[in-house]
Amino acid sequence: MTESRTAGLLGHTLAGALDGLKAKRFSATELTRAYIQAVEEARALNAFVLETPDKALAQAADADKRYAQGAPRPLDGAPLGVKDLFCTEGVRSTACSNILGNFIPTYESTVTAHLWRDGAVMLGKLNMDEFAMGSSNETSCFGPVINPWRRKGSAKALTPGGSSGGSASAVAADLCLAATATDTGGSIRQPAAFTGTVGVKPTYGRCSRWGVVAFASSLDQAGPIAKTVEDAAILLQSMAGHDPKDSTSLPIKTPDFRAACARSVKGLTIGVPKEYRAPGMPPEIEKLWAQGIAWLQDAGAAIKDISLPHTKYALPCYYIVAPAEASSNLARYDGMRFGHRAQGRDLVETYERSRGEGFGAEVKRRILIGTYVLSAGYYDAYYLRAQKVRTRIAEDFRAAFEDVDAILTPTAPSAAFGLGEKAGDPVQMYLNDIFTVTANLAGLPGISVPSAVDAQGLPLGLQVIGRALDEETLFAVAAALERAAGFSAKPTKWWS
Amino acid sequence: MAIDMIERRGKLIPGATGDWEVIIGLEVHAQVASNAKLFSGASAAYGGDPNAHVSLVDAAMPGMLPVINRFCVEQAIRTGLGLKAKINLLSRFDRKNYFYPDLPAGYQISQYQHPIVGEGEVEVDLDDGGSVPVRIERIHLEQDAGKSIHDMDPDFTFVDLNRAGVALMEIVSKPDLRSSEEAAAYLKKLRAILRALGTCDGNMDEGSLRADVNVSVRRPGGELGTRCEIKNVNSMRYVAMAVEYEARRQIGVIEDGGRIRQETRLFDVKTGETRSMRSKEDAHDYRYFPDPDLLPLVLDPAWVKEIEASLPELPDARKQRLIAEYGLSSYDASVLVADGERTAFFEAVARGRDPKLSVNWVTQDFFGALNKAGLELARSKVDAAKLGGLIDLISDGTISGRIAKDVFERMFETGDAPGDIVAREGLRQVTDLTAIEQVIDAVMAANPDKVAEVREKPKAFGWWVGQVMKASGGKANPNAVNELLRKKLQID
Amino acid sequence: MSVIDKSTVRRVARLARIAVPEEHLEPLAQELSGIMAWIVQLEEVDVAGVEPMTSAVDVSLPLRADNVTDGGDPERVLCNAPRAEDGFFVVPKVVE
Ligand SMILES: [Mg+2]
Ligand SMILES: [Zn+2]
Repeated sequence: MTESRTAGLLGHTLAGALDGLKAKRFSATELTRAYIQAVEEARALNAFVLETPDKALAQAADADKRYAQGAPRPLDGAPLGVKDLFCTEGVRSTACSNILGNFIPTYESTVTAHLWRDGAVMLGKLNMDEFAMGSSNETSCFGPVINPWRRKGSAKALTPGGSSGGSASAVAADLCLAATATDTGGSIRQPAAFTGTVGVKPTYGRCSRWGVVAFASSLDQAGPIAKTVEDAAILLQSMAGHDPKDSTSLPIKTPDFRAACARSVKGLTIGVPKEYRAPGMPPEIEKLWAQGIAWLQDAGAAIKDISLPHTKYALPCYYIVAPAEASSNLARYDGMRFGHRAQGRDLVETYERSRGEGFGAEVKRRILIGTYVLSAGYYDAYYLRAQKVRTRIAEDFRAAFEDVDAILTPTAPSAAFGLGEKAGDPVQMYLNDIFTVTANLAGLPGISVPSAVDAQGLPLGLQVIGRALDEETLFAVAAALERAAGFSAKPTKWWS
Repeated sequence: MAIDMIERRGKLIPGATGDWEVIIGLEVHAQVASNAKLFSGASAAYGGDPNAHVSLVDAAMPGMLPVINRFCVEQAIRTGLGLKAKINLLSRFDRKNYFYPDLPAGYQISQYQHPIVGEGEVEVDLDDGGSVPVRIERIHLEQDAGKSIHDMDPDFTFVDLNRAGVALMEIVSKPDLRSSEEAAAYLKKLRAILRALGTCDGNMDEGSLRADVNVSVRRPGGELGTRCEIKNVNSMRYVAMAVEYEARRQIGVIEDGGRIRQETRLFDVKTGETRSMRSKEDAHDYRYFPDPDLLPLVLDPAWVKEIEASLPELPDARKQRLIAEYGLSSYDASVLVADGERTAFFEAVARGRDPKLSVNWVTQDFFGALNKAGLELARSKVDAAKLGGLIDLISDGTISGRIAKDVFERMFETGDAPGDIVAREGLRQVTDLTAIEQVIDAVMAANPDKVAEVREKPKAFGWWVGQVMKASGGKANPNAVNELLRKKLQID
Repeated sequence: MSVIDKSTVRRVARLARIAVPEEHLEPLAQELSGIMAWIVQLEEVDVAGVEPMTSAVDVSLPLRADNVTDGGDPERVLCNAPRAEDGFFVVPKVVE
């Protein structure tokens, strides 16, 4: 295969690649080989923690057979990356934590099972913050992912955001057509914004959580990171769907997301919440937001100023609810039935050492916070109060959605920052999720669309938040923004 | 939590410094008689190879999620209705967090703040024929833990998760019990109700029913003492023994100037003593919170009504009905209602027959024989029709009560019909007066001295009746023998 | 609300079964106190009469049928165990 042919294969969107496969312009095996090579050449990005080329080629061969038979499946032959939070049968799954060690699941998560059912190809497992706890990918036991984007004239390594940093970097650097990711407080949308990709957090309950390592059960949702809004719609179409193995999975049909991308926004009312004007927000983000409003107006949408008064309390609320649930969800990592077991003098010491050694600093910090807020005497003051504040936040949205069809905000308060720049102060790091976390608390769908590059040449994203279960409007608005923004910048390929 | 208790004087325990009263409450764990576990599709059957009845959910593998078993919910509702308790149409599941190798997730899914069943009541029957009401605080659904085996290796514990996740109903009583006897009687009554409802098999050997016993002592009517919880006591006798030991232990500590420490204790069946459980020492901060993997359990009132309409007759109602319908004594009725099968057996026998005669034959002869043979009712060769047939032969004078005992013995052994046995062995009662007269004449001829004696001492008449019956092979009608003997011996 | 001190960190770490070396207790206490100091702004919110939100979906708990559909494969649950013998998980001695 020639250099340029390979580059051509890697340049496709998911939709474009599926068209090319269907038209037999290239085979699934050809496409997969090109991606396997790209992954190997991009190890400097540290996006993949496990490469599965043999599995990928076997899946590609099956896809080619189906194309030859004229009976392809919706994602047949599309090489994808899978966040290491998804359990994959027979393939090591670690949540990027030492405590899972060499854990090899005997089961496949529902979401990834849907992808393989639809013919997709797995290139490997993607790096992430340990147990999805982080906003910069620096808490991974495999070391941080590097953002393919750099500041103009600088070789400083930047974070791709987190926790789905591996997914975002891999998609931005064309190491896969698209990737699965998860979002508990912004872990899909913030890395998408940092890497010039599209990220969707669907309505809570849209994607099954079965087989996805749990961080905070009432907030976790799987979703896609992709190159375009349409690609994200195609991937979510496959990932979503009711799962009787997850009691919180919604028993509803999945609408045609791809078709929704082509809908007009004419006649829609878009809300602009005043509380999302964060103090110290860079003027470029402020400017982009205004631009986004203008784009949607030009496309025929009405704009309405709205108020979501409890916005400022969302992040502290999240930092009670999420650690509390995590402290309990992560109790199963005890070195008894799987994962890392340390030597101890007795049972208690074995527990304490296994968990002390197995978990990284940020995970331990959150387990301790979560244990503290649930402990005797503090439950009412912290956890119960946070759950009530959460109700307030959800009510804010409910009221707003009586007047508007979707809400437009920036995705993150800054562009990608340098590795290590925010490592010293946990709270500064937590503030990355200030615009995204509200959707998780309220269970609403949100999407980040790359909309501009800043003066340093780094991508910035706009976020659209929709009504519960109204991803279709979300895709329509996001597609309108995408068309207006005409974002086509790519990072310079410095890594191979 | 405020202590809600009934003031009622029970049995007092004499101490060195005066009398003491013991206050007891029970938390009974009853295993739901379901096929599958509460939150997973693994089998809930007892036994099995180690870890054979374990799903990925039970082993708390990463990313596994609970989905609740509808049947288990139904059994909790049924049990609540059977205990005349309030059914909560909205309940929730909470996580109880603690670390233990037989608790794979590091938390037990239970119902802490909003249980499925609220307050109810059980009428506990005591041995003296009286009864006491014991109030139920709540019933909630929760998961059982796995089994830790400590004696397979000196340095390691072996863990089998077959029990992990099996559905339990925790039935919590108020502290309304006042003696070891009452505690045991409460458990016995609860078991009878659960078995009648069919919600728990009540098999205590297999751990289907076990009690955590809360015990404290106080001066009669005085301020409540600190309570200790004795975990997992698995028979009525052990409950009584544990209460007895623990009450005396606490009295001893207090009378020696010590204080009772609130703690969890273990009952040692070998020594009959209770001792402190080290493993539970720092487990008291369970950090309960609503399980975010589950949603609120909302019950359709129509479903609850449907379950209520399908309830079988329960022991108390059954007992009242037996007393009213058959004129049984409270004691006989209690013996019958302990078990639905036994009641049904009795009623089949008593249908159209003398109830007093029926209840005696059923409870004394038949149940006695079952006990002696260690046989279950269902496996006996004697069914209700056969036993009823035997009673009919007595009633119509075909055989005497005495002969009936022999016939029953045969029936019990062979399962033959009583009529066949009587015919085959010529046991039919003799009512022919001339035949009886001949026997009497023969006995008189053989015992002239006794003839004189009985005229002096009428008490010797019994001997004559016995001799004549014996000479007739037991077949003579006793009434006829009596009448003819008096005439012939000239006594009145 | 209270600031987290060293002994609180020790107690909480014990509850969470996480070994924390003695010299890390103090720095951790300060770090956690910093986070909690930021979290306490929740006290400003008027939550009188507000129901706590325990789940993000507005449906009732789905119920499954009482059928045995799982289990029967001990190897599947034991294969990742740090130590297993004779079909059992093997763990450090438990003292009851
Ligand atoms: Mg209990
Ligand atoms: Zn219990």
